Amino acid sequence: MSEEKYIPKSKLAQWFDSRLPLLTLSHHLQSYPTPKNLNYWWTFGGILTFCLITQIVTGLVLAMHYVAHVDHAFESIEHIMRNVNYGWLIRYVHANGASMFFLAVYIHIFRALFYGSYKSPREVIWIIGLLIYILMMATAFMGYVLPWGQMSFWGATVITNLFSAIPFIGDSITTWLWGGYSVDNPTLNRFYSLHYLLPFLIFGLVVLHIWALHIPGNNNPIGIDVKKNSNETMPFHPYMVMKDIFALLLFITVFLWFVFFAPNVLGHPDNYIEANPLVTPAHIVPEWYLLPFYAILRAIPSKLGGVIFMFASIFILMLLPWLDTSKVRSAIFRPIYKKLFWVLFFVVILLGYLGAKPPEGIYLILSRLATAYYFIHFLVILPLLGRYEKTDPLPQSISDPVLNKPGVLDKFKKVAAEYEGENVGSFK
Amino acid sequence: MLDHSSKVINKIFITIFLFLIPFSAFSEEKNIELIETNWSFNGLFGTFDRASLQRGYQVYQEVCSGCHSVQHLSYRNLSEEGGPEFSIEEVKAIVSQFEIEDGPNSDGEMFMRSARLSDKFISPYPNIEASTSANDGAYPPDMSVLAKARTGGADYIYSLLMGYEEPPEGIELDDGVYYNKYMPGNKIKMSEPVSDGIVEYSDGTQPSKAQIAKDVTTFLVWASEPHLESQHRMGFKTIIYLIILITLVYMSKQKVWSRFDSKTTEEEEAFDKVEKVLTKYEGEDPKTFK
Repeated sequence: MSEEKYIPKSKLAQWFDSRLPLLTLSHHLQSYPTPKNLNYWWTFGGILTFCLITQIVTGLVLAMHYVAHVDHAFESIEHIMRNVNYGWLIRYVHANGASMFFLAVYIHIFRALFYGSYKSPREVIWIIGLLIYILMMATAFMGYVLPWGQMSFWGATVITNLFSAIPFIGDSITTWLWGGYSVDNPTLNRFYSLHYLLPFLIFGLVVLHIWALHIPGNNNPIGIDVKKNSNETMPFHPYMVMKDIFALLLFITVFLWFVFFAPNVLGHPDNYIEANPLVTPAHIVPEWYLLPFYAILRAIPSKLGGVIFMFASIFILMLLPWLDTSKVRSAIFRPIYKKLFWVLFFVVILLGYLGAKPPEGIYLILSRLATAYYFIHFLVILPLLGRYEKTDPLPQSISDPVLNKPGVLDKFKKVAAEYEGENVGSFK
Repeated sequence: MLDHSSKVINKIFITIFLFLIPFSAFSEEKNIELIETNWSFNGLFGTFDRASLQRGYQVYQEVCSGCHSVQHLSYRNLSEEGGPEFSIEEVKAIVSQFEIEDGPNSDGEMFMRSARLSDKFISPYPNIEASTSANDGAYPPDMSVLAKARTGGADYIYSLLMGYEEPPEGIELDDGVYYNKYMPGNKIKMSEPVSDGIVEYSDGTQPSKAQIAKDVTTFLVWASEPHLESQHRMGFKTIIYLIILITLVYMSKQKVWSRFDSKTTEEEEAFDKVEKVLTKYEGEDPKTFK
């Protein structure tokens, strides 16, 4: 950071800051220069931090009343819903909070994909972000098991069984995960323990994610480097803080609308039936945010293959900074990538839809096509596109006048084209 | 060439999209449509019809409780705000009908005592196995959260109660199996539970089959979400509060940002000039340009 050295005003503050530079940190966070052209898609980082803290705080209270035992878990949830003061509110915030967390993280990820935020010099931010995302999925999956409803139990059975596909040692691993020979009380207990632990690991990674972000600074919609300490950037506080709070409040409104008026639409009705190992639900489906991966899992005809492709679909994203060979970050200047971005977005939504459907007939065919396209997009199209795509000219700076107003660039190009080949000397 | 390929991608995109619209429209499962009722507890301001809840409790007690438990409800809930709101005396009278096993006492013996307000609703069977064997292998589900455990919720329960029919031709039913057009698979082991006049209402309401089904459905929705009314009330207040707060925060944000924006007015003016010049000369023949 090219900031001037910060020296606290009072002697006492100087004494303290030279021993533990918390005040310097606080000053850095306030004056951190952010590009002035960030749009509202950039507010989701703050929103996600809010989601994480909300989940930890509500989860802490729920843990005071929840009983992790197969005979009492379901009952203890009903106890929270009925007898704990505002227990229904805390639980609905926690349950819907998971969905909202994923909604925000998907927006955050697709924003990075559109504006090329994963590219040099931000590869480490991207990879840490993906690690957070993977931990989020693990945490959410284990959290969904805790109410010990039918979907909890059968979802846990399906997902833990995936590990049995590993050759030779698969069965032993599954038994080790279960702590027995099926999903049972030991499984519930360890899932509870891990569900409590993982959010704090996520929190640690979030700190690293932000730290890594503060080295190169934010990307921006134009995708070119900004000049720090110029009028192209503005201090994080109060400008971005105010904007983030405004966006966060809009997000909270949507969030609480679900909590108060439709708290169960994002869940599955079967999870209000207590787990019964003898009765299999008609369709076992995970929560909506895991559906695209579930579709990929079932699209592959072999169990091991499905597992490999499912994990590959996430890990392939870690290689994205190197698979995407284009030097231009923002899709605004990449006419073909821009369209392919929307194709990919659509394919992921389609996979989500297919994940909720039984794997048969047209659904299975489409799942396979969509899975194939997903991998082709990252492994074939992006490496080649960077080489052959003719990108639009990049502006000199983010405050380039021609770009700030929509349509002006087109006009400029048109006029310029008319003069092309003219002798500039004859121009008066 | 690249312009061309971009057009091709455009076409592919649109084709896929057009292909999928009819596909998704037809692929919905052909479920029979549930009877839709304009429930008083739906919507932003939804509250329970108190009298209907009280009648619904009566239907549960007289018709359903022989087989179905509601083990997560306590008797005290019947007098609590947002529920049937029986008076304490009424609930005490209700509770006095029941005996409950407690213990062990100091001699190590289990004993029977009369139920208290704090007791959970008494279940008809001691365990799932007992209820399954008593009901010919079909276990009557606990109804505490039934309205949340079925797709369609209240509409599904009401439709099911109203959906008993003679089986269509060609469908053979075993003994003890009934035909219901709303039940998934159409076969149900519960005989038609409600019919005209099966209960007698003390408040003068006509005990038609539809009325009874409506009342007991309302009761079951309350049983599965006893705090629904405070949920709606708090939700409405919260949203109003947020709208006011968002307005204020937006205005503050604009005010704060105007400090920065004023620094850039000079630039902006320059941009505007360029734009004006461009607009002015747009489409003109460059030859006449001086």
